[in-house]
Amino acid sequence: MIWANAVIQGVLVGGLYALFACGLSLMFGVMRIVNLAHGDFAVLAAFLAYSVISATGMSLLWAAVLTVPVFAVFGYFVQRGMLNRAMTGGALPPLLATFGLSVLIQNSLLQGYTADSRALSPGSIGTESIRINSQTSLSYLSLLVLGSAVVVLGGLEIYLRRGRTGRMLRAASDDPRATSLVGGNPRHLYGIATALAFGTLALAGLLFAARSSVAPSSGPSELLFGFEAVVIGGLGSLWGTLLGGIALGIAQNVAGQANPADTLLAGHLLFLLVLILRPEGMLPRRRPA
Amino acid sequence: MNALLEVENLSVRHGQLVAVSELSLVVNAGQVVAVIGANGAGKSTLLETIAGLLHAAQGRVVLDGTDVTRLPAHRRLRAGIALVPEGRRLFPSLTVRENLQTGQYRKRPGPWDLPAVYELFPWLPERSGQRASALSGGEQQAVALARALLGNPRVLLLDELSLGLAPVVIANVYRTLPRIVAQGTAVLLVEQDVNLALRSADHVHCLLEGRIRLSGAPAALTRDQIEAAYFGVLREAS
Repeated sequence: MIWANAVIQGVLVGGLYALFACGLSLMFGVMRIVNLAHGDFAVLAAFLAYSVISATGMSLLWAAVLTVPVFAVFGYFVQRGMLNRAMTGGALPPLLATFGLSVLIQNSLLQGYTADSRALSPGSIGTESIRINSQTSLSYLSLLVLGSAVVVLGGLEIYLRRGRTGRMLRAASDDPRATSLVGGNPRHLYGIATALAFGTLALAGLLFAARSSVAPSSGPSELLFGFEAVVIGGLGSLWGTLLGGIALGIAQNVAGQANPADTLLAGHLLFLLVLILRPEGMLPRRRPA
Repeated sequence: MNALLEVENLSVRHGQLVAVSELSLVVNAGQVVAVIGANGAGKSTLLETIAGLLHAAQGRVVLDGTDVTRLPAHRRLRAGIALVPEGRRLFPSLTVRENLQTGQYRKRPGPWDLPAVYELFPWLPERSGQRASALSGGEQQAVALARALLGNPRVLLLDELSLGLAPVVIANVYRTLPRIVAQGTAVLLVEQDVNLALRSADHVHCLLEGRIRLSGAPAALTRDQIEAAYFGVLREAS
Protein backbone atom coordinates (compact mmCIF):
# COMPACT_ATOMS: atom_id res chain seq x y z
CA MET A 1 0.00 0.00 0.00
CA ILE A 2 2.93 2.29 0.58
CA TRP A 3 3.73 2.03 -3.11
CA ALA A 4 0.15 2.68 -4.15
CA ASN A 5 0.24 5.78 -2.01
CA ALA A 6 3.47 6.89 -3.71
CA VAL A 7 1.84 6.50 -7.09
CA ILE A 8 -1.28 8.41 -6.03
CA GLN A 9 0.73 11.27 -4.57
CA GLY A 10 2.79 11.27 -7.77
CA VAL A 11 -0.35 11.68 -9.84
CA LEU A 12 -1.46 14.57 -7.64
CA VAL A 13 1.82 16.49 -7.90
CA GLY A 14 2.07 15.59 -11.60
CA GLY A 15 -1.04 17.66 -12.26
CA LEU A 16 0.80 20.69 -10.96
CA TYR A 17 3.81 20.00 -13.16
CA ALA A 18 1.48 19.78 -16.13
CA LEU A 19 -0.32 23.01 -15.24
CA PHE A 20 3.04 24.74 -14.98
CA ALA A 21 4.35 23.17 -18.20
CA CYS A 22 1.40 23.84 -20.49
CA GLY A 23 2.42 27.49 -21.00
CA LEU A 24 5.90 26.35 -21.98
CA SER A 25 4.35 23.96 -24.47
CA LEU A 26 2.02 26.65 -25.82
CA MET A 27 4.74 29.25 -26.37
CA PHE A 28 6.98 26.72 -28.05
CA GLY A 29 4.11 25.33 -30.11
CA VAL A 30 2.88 28.65 -31.46
CA MET A 31 6.03 30.78 -31.64
CA ARG A 32 8.94 28.30 -31.28
CA ILE A 33 10.05 30.37 -28.31
CA VAL A 34 11.72 28.56 -25.43
CA ASN A 35 10.92 30.76 -22.45
CA LEU A 36 13.88 30.33 -20.10
CA ALA A 37 12.24 32.70 -17.61
CA HIS A 38 9.08 30.59 -17.35
CA GLY A 39 9.92 29.32 -13.86
CA ASP A 40 11.07 32.74 -12.67
CA PHE A 41 7.82 34.36 -13.80
CA ALA A 42 5.92 31.70 -11.82
CA VAL A 43 8.04 32.49 -8.76
CA LEU A 44 7.49 36.21 -9.36
CA ALA A 45 3.72 35.62 -9.39
CA ALA A 46 3.95 33.74 -6.10
CA PHE A 47 5.96 36.52 -4.47
CA LEU A 48 3.61 39.22 -5.70
CA ALA A 49 0.66 37.23 -4.35
CA TYR A 50 2.58 36.88 -1.08
CA SER A 51 2.94 40.66 -0.86
CA VAL A 52 -0.71 41.26 -1.70
CA ILE A 53 -1.85 38.70 0.86
CA SER A 54 0.46 40.14 3.53
CA ALA A 55 -0.72 43.67 2.85
CA THR A 56 -4.46 43.08 2.56
CA GLY A 57 -5.06 39.77 4.32
CA MET A 58 -7.07 38.45 1.36
CA SER A 59 -7.37 34.69 0.92
CA LEU A 60 -5.26 32.67 -1.51
CA LEU A 61 -8.27 32.15 -3.74
CA TRP A 62 -8.83 35.88 -4.19
CA ALA A 63 -5.11 36.46 -4.62
CA ALA A 64 -5.21 33.93 -7.48
CA VAL A 65 -8.29 35.58 -9.00
CA LEU A 66 -6.32 38.82 -8.99
CA THR A 67 -2.87 37.54 -10.00
CA VAL A 68 -3.82 35.31 -12.93
CA PRO A 69 -5.49 37.98 -15.12
CA VAL A 70 -2.84 40.55 -14.18
CA PHE A 71 -0.15 38.12 -15.33
CA ALA A 72 -2.04 37.30 -18.51
CA VAL A 73 -2.13 41.00 -19.44
CA PHE A 74 1.52 41.31 -18.41
CA GLY A 75 2.35 38.36 -20.69
CA TYR A 76 0.59 40.01 -23.62
CA PHE A 77 2.77 43.10 -23.25
CA VAL A 78 5.98 41.10 -22.70
CA GLN A 79 5.27 39.43 -26.04
CA ARG A 80 4.27 42.57 -27.94
CA GLY A 81 6.84 44.85 -26.36
CA MET A 82 9.82 42.55 -26.36
CA LEU A 83 9.58 39.00 -27.67
CA ASN A 84 7.90 39.89 -30.99
CA ARG A 85 10.79 42.22 -31.65
CA ALA A 86 13.33 39.59 -30.59
CA MET A 87 11.69 36.97 -32.85
CA THR A 88 12.43 38.96 -36.00
CA GLY A 89 16.12 38.21 -35.43
CA GLY A 90 15.75 34.41 -35.53
CA ALA A 91 15.66 31.73 -32.85
CA LEU A 92 18.54 32.93 -30.68
CA PRO A 93 17.43 36.48 -29.67
CA PRO A 94 14.23 35.33 -27.87
CA LEU A 95 16.27 32.72 -26.01
CA LEU A 96 18.75 35.38 -24.90
CA ALA A 97 15.93 37.80 -24.04
CA THR A 98 14.17 35.30 -21.79
CA PHE A 99 17.51 34.29 -20.24
CA GLY A 100 18.07 37.95 -19.44
CA LEU A 101 14.59 38.21 -17.92
CA SER A 102 15.34 35.15 -15.81
CA VAL A 103 18.48 36.73 -14.35
CA LEU A 104 16.69 40.04 -13.86
CA ILE A 105 13.74 38.51 -12.01
CA GLN A 106 15.86 36.30 -9.76
CA ASN A 107 18.07 39.18 -8.70
CA SER A 108 15.21 41.63 -8.24
CA LEU A 109 13.40 39.11 -6.02
CA LEU A 110 16.60 38.51 -4.07
CA GLN A 111 16.94 42.25 -3.59
CA GLY A 112 13.30 42.78 -2.61
CA TYR A 113 12.52 39.67 -0.59
CA THR A 114 15.93 38.26 0.54
CA ALA A 115 16.88 34.67 -0.27
CA ASP A 116 14.34 33.15 2.17
CA SER A 117 11.71 30.68 1.05
CA ARG A 118 8.12 31.81 1.37
CA ALA A 119 4.95 29.80 1.42
CA LEU A 120 1.41 30.89 0.73
CA SER A 121 -1.11 29.62 3.26
CA PRO A 122 -3.99 27.92 1.51
CA GLY A 123 -6.19 28.24 4.62
CA SER A 124 -8.05 25.31 6.12
CA ILE A 125 -7.92 23.14 2.96
CA GLY A 126 -4.16 23.00 3.41
CA THR A 127 -4.52 20.64 6.37
CA GLU A 128 -7.75 18.75 5.68
CA SER A 129 -7.74 15.53 3.73
CA ILE A 130 -9.76 12.51 2.72
CA ARG A 131 -8.47 9.45 4.53
CA ILE A 132 -8.52 6.35 2.32
CA ASN A 133 -6.68 4.00 4.69
CA SER A 134 -3.87 4.08 7.22
CA GLN A 135 -1.24 4.81 4.59
CA THR A 136 -3.10 6.86 2.02
CA SER A 137 -4.88 10.12 2.46
CA LEU A 138 -5.65 12.67 -0.23
CA SER A 139 -5.24 16.24 0.87
CA TYR A 140 -7.92 18.63 -0.34
CA LEU A 141 -5.24 20.96 -1.61
CA SER A 142 -3.61 18.26 -3.79
CA LEU A 143 -6.99 17.30 -5.20
CA LEU A 144 -7.76 20.94 -5.87
CA VAL A 145 -4.41 21.32 -7.66
CA LEU A 146 -4.97 18.25 -9.85
CA GLY A 147 -8.57 19.31 -10.50
CA SER A 148 -7.56 22.79 -11.59
CA ALA A 149 -4.82 21.34 -13.81
CA VAL A 150 -7.32 19.09 -15.58
CA VAL A 151 -9.84 21.93 -15.94
CA VAL A 152 -7.25 24.42 -17.24
CA LEU A 153 -5.62 21.97 -19.66
CA GLY A 154 -9.01 20.74 -20.86
CA GLY A 155 -10.24 24.30 -21.28
CA LEU A 156 -7.11 25.25 -23.25
CA GLU A 157 -7.49 22.18 -25.44
CA ILE A 158 -11.11 23.06 -26.23
CA TYR A 159 -10.15 26.69 -26.85
CA LEU A 160 -7.43 25.66 -29.31
CA ARG A 161 -9.56 23.01 -31.05
CA ARG A 162 -12.91 24.76 -31.22
CA GLY A 163 -12.39 28.46 -30.57
CA ARG A 164 -12.13 30.99 -33.36
CA THR A 165 -9.01 32.59 -31.93
CA GLY A 166 -7.64 29.19 -30.85
CA ARG A 167 -7.88 28.04 -34.45
CA MET A 168 -5.97 31.15 -35.53
CA LEU A 169 -3.25 30.36 -32.96
CA ARG A 170 -2.80 26.95 -34.60
CA ALA A 171 -2.83 28.62 -38.01
CA ALA A 172 -0.16 31.10 -36.88
CA SER A 173 1.91 28.17 -35.66
CA ASP A 174 1.72 26.64 -39.15
CA ASP A 175 2.31 29.78 -41.23
CA PRO A 176 2.31 33.33 -39.80
CA ARG A 177 2.41 35.02 -43.23
CA ALA A 178 -0.61 33.10 -44.46
CA THR A 179 -2.34 33.99 -41.18
CA SER A 180 -2.00 37.67 -42.00
CA LEU A 181 -3.54 36.94 -45.42
CA VAL A 182 -6.75 35.80 -43.72
CA GLY A 183 -6.81 38.91 -41.53
CA GLY A 184 -5.03 37.65 -38.43
CA ASN A 185 -2.35 39.87 -36.93
CA PRO A 186 0.44 37.44 -35.98
CA ARG A 187 1.83 39.86 -33.38
CA HIS A 188 -1.54 40.05 -31.64
CA LEU A 189 -2.04 36.27 -31.83
CA TYR A 190 1.44 35.71 -30.36
CA GLY A 191 0.46 38.11 -27.58
CA ILE A 192 -2.61 36.02 -26.84
CA ALA A 193 -0.55 32.80 -26.73
CA THR A 194 1.87 34.38 -24.26
CA ALA A 195 -1.03 35.80 -22.23
CA LEU A 196 -2.43 32.27 -21.88
CA ALA A 197 1.01 30.97 -20.94
CA PHE A 198 1.49 33.67 -18.30
CA GLY A 199 -1.98 33.18 -16.82
CA THR A 200 -1.35 29.46 -16.36
CA LEU A 201 2.19 29.89 -15.05
CA ALA A 202 0.96 32.43 -12.48
CA LEU A 203 -1.66 29.95 -11.24
CA ALA A 204 0.97 27.21 -11.12
CA GLY A 205 3.38 29.50 -9.25
CA LEU A 206 0.77 30.24 -6.58
CA LEU A 207 -0.07 26.55 -6.21
CA PHE A 208 3.63 25.61 -5.96
CA ALA A 209 3.96 28.11 -3.12
CA ALA A 210 0.80 26.81 -1.45
CA ARG A 211 1.88 23.15 -1.64
CA SER A 212 5.40 23.74 -0.42
CA SER A 213 7.34 26.95 -0.73
CA VAL A 214 9.25 29.07 -3.25
CA ALA A 215 12.49 31.03 -3.04
CA PRO A 216 13.80 33.64 -5.49
CA SER A 217 16.17 31.01 -6.88
CA SER A 218 13.62 28.22 -7.42
CA GLY A 219 12.60 29.28 -10.93
CA PRO A 220 15.22 27.33 -12.91
CA SER A 221 14.53 24.03 -11.12
CA GLU A 222 10.79 24.46 -11.71
CA LEU A 223 11.60 25.20 -15.36
CA LEU A 224 13.48 21.90 -15.54
CA PHE A 225 10.40 20.01 -14.26
CA GLY A 226 8.31 21.86 -16.83
CA PHE A 227 10.65 20.92 -19.69
CA GLU A 228 10.67 17.33 -18.53
CA ALA A 229 6.88 17.16 -18.38
CA VAL A 230 6.61 18.65 -21.88
CA VAL A 231 9.23 16.37 -23.43
CA ILE A 232 8.00 13.20 -21.69
CA GLY A 233 4.45 13.94 -22.79
CA GLY A 234 5.28 14.97 -26.35
CA LEU A 235 5.79 18.49 -27.71
CA GLY A 236 2.73 20.44 -28.72
CA SER A 237 0.10 18.19 -27.15
CA LEU A 238 -1.65 19.44 -24.00
CA TRP A 239 -3.02 16.06 -22.93
CA GLY A 240 0.48 14.71 -23.52
CA THR A 241 1.80 17.40 -21.18
CA LEU A 242 -0.68 16.27 -18.49
CA LEU A 243 0.44 12.68 -18.97
CA GLY A 244 4.10 13.76 -18.92
CA GLY A 245 3.62 15.73 -15.71
CA ILE A 246 1.92 12.77 -14.05
CA ALA A 247 4.62 10.34 -15.24
CA LEU A 248 7.26 12.67 -13.83
CA GLY A 249 5.36 12.98 -10.53
CA ILE A 250 4.97 9.22 -10.21
CA ALA A 251 8.65 8.57 -11.00
CA GLN A 252 9.75 11.09 -8.40
CA ASN A 253 7.40 9.86 -5.67
CA VAL A 254 7.98 6.18 -6.17
CA ALA A 255 11.76 6.64 -6.17
CA GLY A 256 11.43 8.94 -3.18
CA GLN A 257 9.56 6.21 -1.34
CA ALA A 258 12.49 3.86 -1.86
CA ASN A 259 15.16 6.41 -1.08
CA PRO A 260 14.32 10.10 -0.55
CA ALA A 261 17.67 11.15 -1.99
CA ASP A 262 16.72 9.67 -5.38
CA THR A 263 13.53 11.71 -5.84
CA LEU A 264 14.83 14.21 -8.37
CA LEU A 265 17.26 11.80 -9.97
CA ALA A 266 14.42 9.41 -10.87
CA GLY A 267 12.56 12.20 -12.69
CA HIS A 268 15.67 13.11 -14.68
CA LEU A 269 16.33 9.44 -15.52
CA LEU A 270 12.77 9.01 -16.81
CA PHE A 271 13.28 12.13 -18.93
CA LEU A 272 16.51 10.72 -20.39
CA LEU A 273 14.90 7.32 -21.01
CA VAL A 274 12.05 8.94 -22.93
CA LEU A 275 14.55 10.99 -24.96
CA ILE A 276 16.45 7.84 -25.86
CA LEU A 277 13.59 5.39 -26.42
CA ARG A 278 10.71 7.57 -27.58
CA PRO A 279 11.99 11.06 -28.41
CA GLU A 280 8.60 12.13 -29.80
CA GLY A 281 7.11 11.69 -26.30
CA MET A 282 4.17 9.65 -25.01
CA LEU A 283 1.41 11.51 -26.87
CA PRO A 284 3.02 13.46 -29.70
CA ARG A 285 0.98 15.94 -31.72
CA ARG A 286 -0.15 14.35 -34.96
CA ARG A 287 2.16 15.65 -37.60
CA PRO A 288 0.79 16.78 -40.93
CA ALA A 289 1.63 14.16 -43.56
CA MET B 1 -15.99 53.24 -64.85
CA ASN B 2 -15.83 52.35 -61.22
CA ALA B 3 -12.16 51.90 -60.34
CA LEU B 4 -11.99 49.58 -57.33
CA LEU B 5 -8.24 49.04 -57.17
CA GLU B 6 -5.75 51.60 -58.39
CA VAL B 7 -2.01 51.02 -58.35
CA GLU B 8 -0.18 54.27 -58.95
CA ASN B 9 3.46 54.57 -59.89
CA LEU B 10 4.41 51.60 -57.71
CA SER B 11 8.05 50.57 -57.19
CA VAL B 12 9.21 47.66 -55.05
CA ARG B 13 12.76 46.66 -54.23
CA HIS B 14 14.31 43.42 -53.08
CA GLY B 15 17.53 44.84 -51.70
CA GLN B 16 19.42 46.23 -54.69
CA LEU B 17 17.05 44.75 -57.23
CA VAL B 18 14.10 46.81 -58.40
CA ALA B 19 11.47 44.10 -58.83
CA VAL B 20 8.59 46.38 -59.79
CA SER B 21 9.26 49.76 -61.33
CA GLU B 22 6.85 52.73 -61.57
CA LEU B 23 3.94 50.49 -62.35
CA SER B 24 0.38 51.75 -62.63
CA LEU B 25 -2.79 49.79 -63.30
CA VAL B 26 -6.51 49.93 -62.57
CA VAL B 27 -8.99 47.14 -61.84
CA ASN B 28 -12.70 47.92 -62.03
CA ALA B 29 -15.47 46.20 -60.11
CA GLY B 30 -16.58 43.01 -61.85
CA GLN B 31 -13.52 42.97 -64.08
CA VAL B 32 -10.79 40.35 -64.49
CA VAL B 33 -7.38 41.86 -65.15
CA ALA B 34 -4.43 39.59 -65.88
CA VAL B 35 -0.74 40.33 -65.53
CA ILE B 36 1.41 38.04 -67.64
CA GLY B 37 5.15 37.81 -67.89
CA ALA B 38 8.10 35.47 -67.67
CA ASN B 39 9.63 34.16 -64.47
CA GLY B 40 11.15 36.99 -62.47
CA ALA B 41 9.19 39.71 -64.27
CA GLY B 42 7.89 40.92 -60.89
CA LYS B 43 4.37 39.49 -61.05
CA SER B 44 4.28 37.87 -57.61
CA THR B 45 6.07 40.82 -56.08
CA LEU B 46 3.37 43.09 -57.49
CA LEU B 47 0.56 41.04 -55.93
CA GLU B 48 2.34 40.62 -52.60
CA THR B 49 2.86 44.38 -52.43
CA ILE B 50 -0.80 45.05 -53.18
CA ALA B 51 -1.73 42.53 -50.47
CA GLY B 52 0.61 44.22 -47.98
CA LEU B 53 3.16 41.45 -47.51
CA LEU B 54 5.89 43.58 -49.09
CA HIS B 55 6.55 47.28 -48.68
CA ALA B 56 6.39 49.67 -51.58
CA ALA B 57 9.49 51.79 -52.08
CA GLN B 58 7.41 54.33 -53.92
CA GLY B 59 3.87 54.82 -55.19
CA ARG B 60 0.40 54.13 -53.85
CA VAL B 61 -2.15 51.33 -53.61
CA VAL B 62 -5.68 52.75 -53.54
CA LEU B 63 -8.76 50.70 -52.73
CA ASP B 64 -12.03 52.36 -53.74
CA GLY B 65 -10.55 55.83 -53.20
CA THR B 66 -8.82 55.00 -49.89
CA ASP B 67 -5.04 54.89 -49.76
CA VAL B 68 -4.05 51.55 -48.17
CA THR B 69 -0.31 51.73 -48.97
CA ARG B 70 0.67 51.96 -45.30
CA LEU B 71 -1.62 49.23 -43.97
CA PRO B 72 -0.15 45.83 -43.02
CA ALA B 73 -1.51 42.71 -44.73
CA HIS B 74 -4.07 41.78 -42.07
CA ARG B 75 -5.58 45.28 -42.16
CA ARG B 76 -5.76 45.23 -45.97
CA LEU B 77 -7.69 41.98 -45.82
CA ARG B 78 -10.20 43.65 -43.53
CA ALA B 79 -10.41 46.53 -46.02
CA GLY B 80 -11.23 44.01 -48.75
CA ILE B 81 -8.04 42.90 -50.51
CA ALA B 82 -7.50 39.12 -50.42
CA LEU B 83 -4.55 37.27 -51.93
CA VAL B 84 -4.51 33.61 -52.92
CA PRO B 85 -0.75 33.20 -52.64
CA GLU B 86 1.57 31.27 -54.87
CA GLY B 87 1.93 27.73 -53.54
CA ARG B 88 -1.52 27.89 -51.86
CA ARG B 89 -0.15 28.36 -48.34
CA LEU B 90 -2.87 26.36 -46.61
CA PHE B 91 -2.40 25.57 -42.92
CA PRO B 92 -1.17 21.96 -43.16
CA SER B 93 -2.07 20.84 -39.62
CA LEU B 94 -5.61 22.22 -39.84
CA THR B 95 -8.47 20.34 -41.46
CA VAL B 96 -10.04 21.53 -44.70
CA ARG B 97 -13.01 22.91 -42.79
CA GLU B 98 -10.74 24.69 -40.31
CA ASN B 99 -8.76 26.19 -43.18
CA LEU B 100 -12.00 27.52 -44.62
CA GLN B 101 -13.03 28.85 -41.21
CA THR B 102 -9.79 30.85 -40.94
CA GLY B 103 -11.03 32.67 -44.04
CA GLN B 104 -14.02 33.84 -42.00
CA TYR B 105 -11.90 35.14 -39.11
CA ARG B 106 -12.18 38.76 -40.25
CA LYS B 107 -14.81 38.39 -42.92
CA ARG B 108 -16.67 41.28 -44.44
CA PRO B 109 -20.40 41.09 -45.09
CA GLY B 110 -21.14 39.54 -48.46
CA PRO B 111 -22.49 36.62 -50.44
CA TRP B 112 -19.76 34.08 -49.70
CA ASP B 113 -20.37 31.66 -46.86
CA LEU B 114 -19.70 27.93 -46.41
CA PRO B 115 -22.79 26.77 -48.38
CA ALA B 116 -21.85 29.13 -51.23
CA VAL B 117 -18.29 27.80 -51.55
CA TYR B 118 -19.58 24.23 -51.19
CA GLU B 119 -21.79 24.95 -54.18
CA LEU B 120 -18.78 26.27 -56.08
CA PHE B 121 -16.73 23.16 -55.24
CA PRO B 122 -19.27 20.36 -54.60
CA TRP B 123 -16.60 17.84 -53.50
CA LEU B 124 -15.53 20.05 -50.57
CA PRO B 125 -18.00 18.93 -47.86
CA GLU B 126 -16.96 15.29 -47.96
CA ARG B 127 -13.28 16.21 -47.63
CA SER B 128 -13.84 18.82 -44.92
CA GLY B 129 -12.61 16.61 -42.06
CA GLN B 130 -9.29 15.79 -43.72
CA ARG B 131 -6.06 17.59 -43.08
CA ALA B 132 -5.29 20.16 -45.76
CA SER B 133 -1.91 18.51 -46.33
CA ALA B 134 -3.68 15.30 -47.43
CA LEU B 135 -5.30 16.99 -50.46
CA SER B 136 -3.98 16.97 -54.00
CA GLY B 137 -2.52 20.15 -55.46
CA GLY B 138 -5.68 21.04 -57.34
CA GLU B 139 -7.85 20.43 -54.30
CA GLN B 140 -5.54 22.57 -52.19
CA GLN B 141 -5.79 25.33 -54.78
CA ALA B 142 -9.58 25.19 -54.60
CA VAL B 143 -9.48 25.36 -50.80
CA ALA B 144 -7.10 28.34 -50.96
CA LEU B 145 -9.47 30.09 -53.36
CA ALA B 146 -12.50 29.25 -51.19
CA ARG B 147 -10.66 30.45 -48.07
CA ALA B 148 -10.04 33.82 -49.72
CA LEU B 149 -13.63 34.08 -50.98
CA LEU B 150 -15.05 33.44 -47.50
CA GLY B 151 -13.65 36.80 -46.39
CA ASN B 152 -15.88 38.39 -49.04
CA PRO B 153 -13.09 40.43 -50.61
CA ARG B 154 -13.76 43.36 -52.90
CA VAL B 155 -10.53 42.70 -54.76
CA LEU B 156 -9.25 39.15 -55.21
CA LEU B 157 -5.59 38.69 -56.11
CA LEU B 158 -4.72 35.33 -57.64
CA ASP B 159 -1.07 34.35 -57.85
CA GLU B 160 -0.31 31.61 -60.38
CA LEU B 161 -3.39 29.48 -59.81
CA SER B 162 -2.24 27.11 -62.54
CA LEU B 163 1.23 26.44 -61.14
CA GLY B 164 1.92 22.73 -60.82
CA LEU B 165 -1.61 21.66 -61.74
CA ALA B 166 -2.90 19.43 -64.50
CA PRO B 167 -4.70 21.27 -67.34
CA VAL B 168 -8.07 19.73 -66.52
CA VAL B 169 -7.72 20.84 -62.88
CA ILE B 170 -6.73 24.34 -63.98
CA ALA B 171 -9.78 24.54 -66.20
CA ASN B 172 -11.97 23.57 -63.25
CA VAL B 173 -10.54 26.28 -61.05
CA TYR B 174 -10.70 28.94 -63.76
CA ARG B 175 -14.29 28.01 -64.57
CA THR B 176 -15.27 29.53 -61.22
CA LEU B 177 -13.97 33.00 -62.12
CA PRO B 178 -17.10 34.31 -63.94
CA ARG B 179 -19.22 33.43 -60.93
CA ILE B 180 -16.85 35.26 -58.63
CA VAL B 181 -16.78 38.49 -60.62
CA ALA B 182 -20.56 38.28 -61.10
CA GLN B 183 -20.79 39.19 -57.40
CA GLY B 184 -19.04 42.49 -58.13
CA THR B 185 -15.60 41.33 -57.01
CA ALA B 186 -12.63 42.64 -58.96
CA VAL B 187 -10.00 40.03 -59.86
CA LEU B 188 -6.35 40.74 -60.53
CA LEU B 189 -4.54 37.59 -61.55
CA VAL B 190 -0.99 36.76 -62.38
CA GLU B 191 -0.30 33.96 -64.82
CA GLN B 192 2.65 32.41 -66.56
CA ASP B 193 0.32 30.59 -68.91
CA VAL B 194 -0.40 33.29 -71.49
CA ASN B 195 -3.25 31.51 -73.28
CA LEU B 196 -5.04 30.90 -70.02
CA ALA B 197 -4.71 34.57 -69.08
CA LEU B 198 -5.90 35.75 -72.48
CA ARG B 199 -8.94 33.47 -72.30
CA SER B 200 -10.07 34.52 -68.84
CA ALA B 201 -9.22 38.23 -68.61
CA ASP B 202 -11.00 41.38 -69.76
CA HIS B 203 -7.74 43.29 -69.79
CA VAL B 204 -4.12 42.12 -69.93
CA HIS B 205 -0.86 43.75 -68.89
CA CYS B 206 2.40 42.23 -69.99
CA LEU B 207 5.19 42.69 -67.51
CA LEU B 208 8.90 42.63 -68.30
CA GLU B 209 11.58 43.35 -65.71
CA GLY B 210 9.13 45.08 -63.42
CA ARG B 211 7.62 47.37 -66.06
CA ILE B 212 4.44 47.13 -68.10
CA ARG B 213 5.47 46.68 -71.74
CA LEU B 214 2.07 46.11 -73.27
CA SER B 215 -1.55 46.58 -72.22
CA GLY B 216 -4.90 46.02 -73.81
CA ALA B 217 -7.97 43.87 -74.21
CA PRO B 218 -7.00 40.31 -75.25
CA ALA B 219 -8.82 40.66 -78.58
CA ALA B 220 -6.90 43.81 -79.44
CA LEU B 221 -3.46 42.27 -78.98
CA THR B 222 -1.62 40.25 -81.61
CA ARG B 223 0.53 37.18 -80.92
CA ASP B 224 3.65 38.99 -82.09
CA GLN B 225 3.01 41.96 -79.84
CA ILE B 226 2.58 39.70 -76.83
CA GLU B 227 5.60 37.59 -77.70
CA ALA B 228 7.77 40.68 -78.06
CA ALA B 229 6.58 42.11 -74.75
CA TYR B 230 6.86 38.75 -72.97
CA PHE B 231 10.41 37.97 -73.98
CA GLY B 232 11.63 41.53 -74.46
CA VAL B 233 12.91 40.91 -77.97
CA LEU B 234 11.56 42.82 -80.90
CA ARG B 235 11.59 40.60 -83.94
CA GLU B 236 11.73 42.73 -87.04
CA ALA B 237 8.96 41.87 -89.46
CA SER B 238 11.07 40.91 -92.44
